[in-house]
Amino acid sequence: MPMVEHQGRAKAGVALRAGFSVIVCIIFLIPVFWMLSTAFKPRLEILSIPPKVFFEPSLEGFVSLFTVRSTLTETQMVEYANRKDLTWIDKFALDRGVAIVGPSQYVNRVKNSIIIAGISTILAVIMGLFTAYAFSRFKVKGEGDLLFFILSTRMLPAVVVTIPIFLMYRQLGLYDTHIGMIILYTAFNLSFSVWLLKGFIDEIPKEYEEAALVDGYSRWQAFIKYVLPQSLSGIAATTVFCFIFAWNEYAFSLMLTSDKARTAPPSIPAVLGTAGIEWAAIAAGALLFLIPVVIVTFALRKYLLRGVTFGAIRK
Amino acid sequence: MATIELVQVEKKFGDFHAVKPVNLTINDGEFVVLLGPSGCGKTTTLRMIAGLETITSGKILLNGEDITDKPARDRDVSFVFQFFALYPHMTAKGNIIFPLQTQGTSRSEIEQRLNEVVKMLDIQYLLHLRPGALSSGDQQRIALARALIRRPRAFLLDEPLGALDADFRETMRAEIKSLHLRTKATTLYVTHDQIEAMAMGDRIVVMSAAIVQQVGTPAEVYHDPNNMFVARFIGSPGMNLIPGTYSQGSVQLPGNNVCPVPETYRSTLDKYGYDKKVVVGFRPEAVIPSANGVLSSQVYSQDLHGSYTMINLSMNGEIIHGRVERSANYAINDIVRFDIRPDMIRFFDPETESAIKAEVRNV
Amino acid sequence: MSNVDLNNITKRFKGVTALDHISFDIKNGEFFVLLGPTGAGKTTTLRLIAGLEILDEGDISFDGSSIAPLSPAERDVALVFQQYSLYPLLNVYDNLASPLRSPLRKTSETEIRKTVEDVAGKLRIGHLLKRKASNLSGGEMQRVAIGRALVRNPRIYLMDEPLSNLDAKLREALRIELKHLQKTQESTTLFVTHDQIEAMTMADRIAVLNQGNILQVGSPYEIYDHPATTFVAQLVGTPRINLLAGEIHDGNVLIKDSEVKFAVPNEVKLPSSFTLGLRPENVHLDDAGEFSGVIELLEPLGVETILHIRSGKQVLLSVIAGITPRKMGENIRFSIVHERLSFFDKEGTRIVT
Repeated sequence: MPMVEHQGRAKAGVALRAGFSVIVCIIFLIPVFWMLSTAFKPRLEILSIPPKVFFEPSLEGFVSLFTVRSTLTETQMVEYANRKDLTWIDKFALDRGVAIVGPSQYVNRVKNSIIIAGISTILAVIMGLFTAYAFSRFKVKGEGDLLFFILSTRMLPAVVVTIPIFLMYRQLGLYDTHIGMIILYTAFNLSFSVWLLKGFIDEIPKEYEEAALVDGYSRWQAFIKYVLPQSLSGIAATTVFCFIFAWNEYAFSLMLTSDKARTAPPSIPAVLGTAGIEWAAIAAGALLFLIPVVIVTFALRKYLLRGVTFGAIRK
Repeated sequence: MATIELVQVEKKFGDFHAVKPVNLTINDGEFVVLLGPSGCGKTTTLRMIAGLETITSGKILLNGEDITDKPARDRDVSFVFQFFALYPHMTAKGNIIFPLQTQGTSRSEIEQRLNEVVKMLDIQYLLHLRPGALSSGDQQRIALARALIRRPRAFLLDEPLGALDADFRETMRAEIKSLHLRTKATTLYVTHDQIEAMAMGDRIVVMSAAIVQQVGTPAEVYHDPNNMFVARFIGSPGMNLIPGTYSQGSVQLPGNNVCPVPETYRSTLDKYGYDKKVVVGFRPEAVIPSANGVLSSQVYSQDLHGSYTMINLSMNGEIIHGRVERSANYAINDIVRFDIRPDMIRFFDPETESAIKAEVRNV
Repeated sequence: MSNVDLNNITKRFKGVTALDHISFDIKNGEFFVLLGPTGAGKTTTLRLIAGLEILDEGDISFDGSSIAPLSPAERDVALVFQQYSLYPLLNVYDNLASPLRSPLRKTSETEIRKTVEDVAGKLRIGHLLKRKASNLSGGEMQRVAIGRALVRNPRIYLMDEPLSNLDAKLREALRIELKHLQKTQESTTLFVTHDQIEAMTMADRIAVLNQGNILQVGSPYEIYDHPATTFVAQLVGTPRINLLAGEIHDGNVLIKDSEVKFAVPNEVKLPSSFTLGLRPENVHLDDAGEFSGVIELLEPLGVETILHIRSGKQVLLSVIAGITPRKMGENIRFSIVHERLSFFDKEGTRIVT
């Protein structure tokens, strides 16, 4: 029966596609797995060849990430071990021949990341929402040119503009400040948020507001009451995209901050221990750094998908 | 030319029953319309015949040959889509002769057939234009020409007028029908518009909820609907359907109205049962206002339709449409007395919604 | 409710004239329909009255006083859109209540409840009040949208094709109810549509609009029987009016390329060539008829049958009651109703009789 043949062929096709998808997934997940395993590997096993897949997990990397340590001599170690005020971390370090001198900068870096990425995202979305609403609903003179101009800020790669911005910021006293980084990320994200949100607001029929206007509401009330609730999914998608950008940004942060306002991304590869590069600590830092983005993306994945495809499915 | 036969043809999409088993024969040269609301399974049925959709069970025969498992391209039928499906980069002529070119027909043969369809559809002046420059009606003419030039055994048309403006639709309706009269090609036509179905079909297949409700000529589905769905769906507005109770030669209707039952239906309804719920059906043109009519209702609204006036009456909340002289002039809430033309009265069982057919057929 | 006066209004969009000095008035309690094809300027007119667009020239007044300086909210009009005017996140009750809760009106909640329930009853949507607007069917949604206008007592109801997204049966039912409501409440209504049946069946008066100009204002009878132009004649009536090229021949009217020929009606002065308008219901099959023809096509619609009658090279449409036993190809005789003819000059303008 040709029918049966058809179905057989269809099944083979499905299997082929599934197999291909699995392979692609594996290729994409290998680095993540590498990072995850490295974060928990004892130092000696990190660079072993062939790489070890099974090993006894260790928190060494995390300890290195959060602390500054110094190497102890044999006599220092005995002396140190006899102290009564040692925490489990101190003992953990002692077993590996080092003493913890103090906390590392990592926590501060993450705190900076949260402040700068968080505030700049909120600003970019709020300002973007109003701009997008205006572009979507009112006749703005030179609308096309303006929108293109807004987008053009996004066209140059960060490295090209960092030097001028660095000079400008030094003059203005914004170098290595939170406010400087917030302004920068907001400006950078704004173009993106205007374009994305305009797409979403265009999709909300203007009849809703017109009905409200005729019913006796002001433009502002109509916006708050009817446009805002309906654009929530768009706002969510935009928020995630802006946050991910600001959170992951590397080049600007590397050039424009040194200490006070330095964010996490440029600091992670710079975790250097007493014995050269601490791969476990780097992996642990990257892992922890990844968690907020994963959570946010996962929670809002439904909206994200809409955000990514909105241009394609609009009529 | 062809006879198409559907034997217990059925379609399921997973758990969803799109078409419940259908038996249908389309005779050679016949124009059959599949009519029903959206989602009733009519387009699926058409696509199964075309080979664009596999069938879950049953058989499709073309001139007696089982074509159930034949791929679409080997069935030798033409399919005309709602949205024309013309190639935008080709001229009208290029579009029309495309199917022949792909078959490798000789150039002289193509010329000859092209002339034939061009004359038939009167589209000479469109040939050098691209689809983008054509009106919706002309695009559909080109699509029809492309279907015709293949000289297929049967034509399958899926709402070909659905995307046209209202004023084109009336013209194209007549054009397609006269085209059929000239070619006498077996045609199966899908539409949701009952006016199109009535105007064009030799026979109409009324579908609803994946089931064929009735197969019949326009006169049959209009005057003798199988059930309340067909009665309501055919006609604009549909048949008036008023619930009542039967007893001894008359039906008790809302508002203390009593409707006499014509002789032809007496014995059937006597058997159906006294004091049983029954639905009385009659077409709007069967409402005859008269000063001493047996029925009375209140005017709900009245509207002019150009050549006639429609009065909408409320019989205790049940709306009755009556088609009357255009000069009629009633005020809202006026009481109107009327009769129902006895030859146009029909009865339905409200439980099953099926028609209660008279034993003695009225002529 | 108010008398509404539009005086010489003009609206341009980017240099394109959407409305060109149009004037008409809507009387208190009248059901006024603006009829025209897409792009005629109907919706623009309605939006100008609502204050959603700004006039370029002319003036609109309610009861004699200009509304030009008023914002949409202050104009006190109620608007029903073709679609999308319900707030999808609110339930039906809150949708209906929303116009009453606007800061301009500030109605008490008890008052609101009373009004909403009253309107819901009239529109038979009482059972839907708790339902989310996004969970309604098309017909229910449009009832609620109409209800949103009815909860208020505005100076005029403005309706922009409120029935055009519904299927045929629903449209029929809602049309009848809208008309009943309008007539019993005597509400001033401006109804915009491209559907001639809606216009004919509901209107007290119709204004036919095309390309920003008014072609005719009149009752449905006037529009149907005495169309001002061939455009108007073709716009109303199904099947469409027969428009046939005619000329004068030996003092007779002759329809070109056909055998139809008859004496010039007394009261008309006709130019040598003109267009003749003849409604299909005024072409009668008549064994004693003055003309002969062949039935080229039959379209049995049930209640009536459309006949395509060929006479010479011309095809005339005729409508007769019921389903006819006649066959295609049959030779027949027919007559026409001379009193109901319309004549148009070369430009398509009615020749006044």
